[in-house]
Amino acid sequence: MPNATVAGITVDRNDEGFFTDPNQWTEAMAPELARSEGIDELTDDHWRVLKFMRSEYAQKGTGPTVRVLGKTSGVSIKELYQLFPKGPAKTAAKIAGIPKPRGCI
Amino acid sequence: MTSRIVILGGGTGGTLTANRLRRLYGADEAAITVVDQDDRHVYQPGLLFVPFGLAHTDDIVRPRARQLHEGIEFIESAIDHVDIEAGEVRLGNGVTLGYDVLVVATGARLVPEETEGLLGPAWMDSVFTFYTPEGAAALGAALATFDRGRLVVNVVDMPIKCPVAPLEFCFLADWYFTERGIRDRVQITYATPLDGAFTKPIAAAQLGGMLNARGIEIVTEFNTGEVVPGGRLTGYDGREVQFDLAVVIPLHGGATYVGRSPGLGDELDFVPTDEHTLQSKAASNIFVIGDAANVPASKAGSVTHFEGETLVDNVRRFLTGEPLEAGFDGHANCFIETGFHKALLIDFNYDTEPVPGHYPSPVGLPLLKESRLNHLGKLLFQSVYWHGLLPGRDLPGLGSNMPTAGKHLPVPEKD
Repeated sequence: MPNATVAGITVDRNDEGFFTDPNQWTEAMAPELARSEGIDELTDDHWRVLKFMRSEYAQKGTGPTVRVLGKTSGVSIKELYQLFPKGPAKTAAKIAGIPKPRGCI
Repeated sequence: MTSRIVILGGGTGGTLTANRLRRLYGADEAAITVVDQDDRHVYQPGLLFVPFGLAHTDDIVRPRARQLHEGIEFIESAIDHVDIEAGEVRLGNGVTLGYDVLVVATGARLVPEETEGLLGPAWMDSVFTFYTPEGAAALGAALATFDRGRLVVNVVDMPIKCPVAPLEFCFLADWYFTERGIRDRVQITYATPLDGAFTKPIAAAQLGGMLNARGIEIVTEFNTGEVVPGGRLTGYDGREVQFDLAVVIPLHGGATYVGRSPGLGDELDFVPTDEHTLQSKAASNIFVIGDAANVPASKAGSVTHFEGETLVDNVRRFLTGEPLEAGFDGHANCFIETGFHKALLIDFNYDTEPVPGHYPSPVGLPLLKESRLNHLGKLLFQSVYWHGLLPGRDLPGLGSNMPTAGKHLPVPEKD
């Protein structure tokens, strides 16, 4: 399993760049993770989504899909794409340090 | 004492559960009631064939009540809500049903209204779905007169029923236009929210290769934001896919009464359910089978069939106070029609992705490989559905748990 160093700390990530252990994540890592996803600055709106992703993961064991995010986070799907143009659910999961949203089979 | 078992939904899961329970319990042991809003049981795998003139909607619809064994009460009514605290179901017709055990089997519902523009002027004109009998029939008429242009097959977002059906539609469209001698005048595009042709890597590579070999373009990670009049799908990320004829698989949700029943469902109206025992997370006396559950398995009839044994055994265990058995392994088994009288078979569960080999043992149907035998299997299955699966019989040689004997399993990676 590939290791990576984020904000000076070694973390475990899978081949696609998702954290395998969300406990290794700290808020201080988010700006660097965001930059590698092409997001230069994390705004309050970004943080709202990231915190929502973390709390959903803690409760349900998987991050929400974009459709569930749009229904429950208080941010519309259109706005979510403005915040995370490469795909909100996956990008936000990577920056928030949680595994890839399970989505569906 | 007679236990009151109420089953909501008279489709695949509700019917096979009712019939299995009826065999298990005498009339003095359990009163079994099935509720559904209509009396039309659709053989859903047949819908795929309707647009290509290979099946007619009349052939795939039968009365629900007739699929239920004697001694099962059938009530045709909408469901208003479930009162979990009171242990009651309030029906749309005003009747209240008390239950000792409730089985939720109301499946998934199409919600095309959640996609901007999908129900606009182009709906049922140049934009269709084959996920309803009416849609499949109307699409058949449109395909018959379609003689050149861009055909786009689009999955709006997961989860959907039978995640392989849109791929099968692409393969059959390739065959259909080839047979009509106009394949070179029709461009076929598959636009999917997934990052490949399927959710699991080995099958995604195989199926992606098959699309490619047939000249079917695949657009991945496409999240449809809007259907624009004039023949355009626009993605939330700004990408566009042009079409002359669009076949759209709309968003799915659970039944609407789930949303009106406090504590029962999730944000999409599916019911949070233990993936191994099939007991709901809402209450210990509520169990869930089939597409209505939020378990991480395909929404497919085969999954529902394989769940039946575990579910009925756990209902029995609950009623006698025994601990439940975590018996369901996520087993799914799907024939994938690939056109030209061939099909491919995939067999997998929660932990094992579809791999090559044979099913159910080293001597059996080829897995993840096109063959005529699999096509015959798919055709034969319709009869097995009505006469073996719905009556709740264990099908000979096909156990509920996924077999590994014939599979070429990859050597596990070391962590």
